[in-house]
Amino acid sequence: MTRSVTAAPPGRPAALTTQPRRRAALPLAVTGVLLLAVLSLFVGVSDVTPLSLLQVGADSQTRQIFLLSRLPRTISIVLAGAAMAICGLVMQMLVRNRFVEPSTIGTTEAAGLGLLTVTILAPGLPLIGKMLVAAMFALVSTLVFVRILRSLPLRSIVIVPLVGLMLSGIIASISTYVAFDHDLLQTLSAWMTGDFSGVIAGRYELLWIVAALTTAIYVAGDRFTVAGLGEQFTTNLGLNYRRTVAIGLFLVSIVTAVVVVVVGALPFLGLIVPNIVSLAMGDNLRKSLPWVAVVGAAFVLVCDIAGRIIRFPYEIPIGVVVGVVGAGLFLVLLLRKSARVG
Amino acid sequence: MIDIVGVTKTYGSVVVVDDVDLRIPAGGITSIIGANGAGKSTLISMVSRLLTAERGTITVDGHDVAATKSDELARRLAILRQENHLAARLTVRDLVAFGRYPHSRGRLTTLDRAQIEQAIDYLDLDALTDRYLDELSGGQRQRAFVAMVLCQNTDYVLLDEPLNNLDMSHAVEMMRILRRAADELGKTIVMVVHDINFASTYSDHIVAMKDGRVLHQGPPADVIEPGPLREIFGIDVAVHVIDGHRIGVYYS
Repeated sequence: MTRSVTAAPPGRPAALTTQPRRRAALPLAVTGVLLLAVLSLFVGVSDVTPLSLLQVGADSQTRQIFLLSRLPRTISIVLAGAAMAICGLVMQMLVRNRFVEPSTIGTTEAAGLGLLTVTILAPGLPLIGKMLVAAMFALVSTLVFVRILRSLPLRSIVIVPLVGLMLSGIIASISTYVAFDHDLLQTLSAWMTGDFSGVIAGRYELLWIVAALTTAIYVAGDRFTVAGLGEQFTTNLGLNYRRTVAIGLFLVSIVTAVVVVVVGALPFLGLIVPNIVSLAMGDNLRKSLPWVAVVGAAFVLVCDIAGRIIRFPYEIPIGVVVGVVGAGLFLVLLLRKSARVG
Repeated sequence: MIDIVGVTKTYGSVVVVDDVDLRIPAGGITSIIGANGAGKSTLISMVSRLLTAERGTITVDGHDVAATKSDELARRLAILRQENHLAARLTVRDLVAFGRYPHSRGRLTTLDRAQIEQAIDYLDLDALTDRYLDELSGGQRQRAFVAMVLCQNTDYVLLDEPLNNLDMSHAVEMMRILRRAADELGKTIVMVVHDINFASTYSDHIVAMKDGRVLHQGPPADVIEPGPLREIFGIDVAVHVIDGHRIGVYYS
């Protein structure tokens, strides 16, 4: 007996056509990232130029450097940058707090602890095995974080990231203790600082897992947007909230673990990029995820190129550059936000 | 028709909803009134499967809410509660479009798009479609949420305190819209309301709860009466008929 809202004569043609300017923006941004990627391919100590690669009979060393080091490096920058930015956004939707990301709630630290544990207990395990152990640690710690949040009586905007930082601090101190005990402190610090210089052929391929998982996140994007509206909203729309959150946390934990194992931690990335994109275009993940990926990749590419140029021929690890630039940007965002709220 | 049979819910040792039997007719507006803690929100949450009943069954048009698949239920019944915090920053149109999710699973058809436009139109949100929810006033945001549940196009629309935080003019506007949705679109609207005079003026049917039980029910003429109101709220309420509406006066 209910008449549909559409019972009225067909409405005006769905006014959803986006302006052409907007539609062209994403391809333009992708082109920009590709240009940055090309630039990144040819920055480095060894003299690798497009010309030297194309020269007939180019010495095999140039080509080797390109294929074994430069290309894997650039690909992994793009994949890791895009993936960590996306992980940040998904985490923010699932926890419903703008100030969390894997490196501020213990996920990254736990992946590091997992890597440390497996290195001590089973040093001979192939990289993929180590990655799986790290992923398991990351997942458990993320679940612990969510569990703590669920039992918090008061879930204020500030409490959530604080709890995350505390958990992260606890895990980090366990890692430090274990590493100290086994004389692995330097190794640990090397792992936990994102660094692309060690990413070479034979190691970076794991990041294709990340590419696959981020694609999965994009496909399920609507669900994570809905989850960001809260449990009751999600249930009202006929989705299983707990399951959606569990799937999201699972994907984010695995992606984080892979990136930690291959590259190391890229702090703040998942915090700044989604917040910037959100300011510009909101959080409908179907629309915003491609942008988060593009901006994340661009951000890391720029930081990486800067890190390679500033002290040329030496290199500043990407984790440091991202951390410094990210902390600055984050401060700006924070002040802007509170200015708006106040 | 919503059929509630022997439904009980306890939190710890507190019985919030106590063996309630209630039949809510299809069509029109049913308001649930009662003091704080009477179990109104808990009852409406169980009807909309946000909470599960410990005992008893609830059926909506014959579909047991505990046994029906959630996505199927989402095409029959929509619930709007007061969410105080949204993490996702969405535009009004994006939010309304999510009302189509149970039908389209995110792949909007032409029909979906037309429904979105009409829901926006219905709630008079045309000028605000590209604004973000966090940029709207409380009244505008509430309208956007109601547009979303109307866009879901379910026979039953359940609203938990839809007038909360609305000033007088926005509250009246909201009630008029809901009345129209019931009359023009044939929706069955069930809502929890605190203001007995809004309940009296706009409802076809009033359910009064106290201490987890249904104390009175019927048309406003039966419930908005000094006797029942005294039982429900424990205070003296004088009832006057003004412009054909029964108005309770309880301010002094």
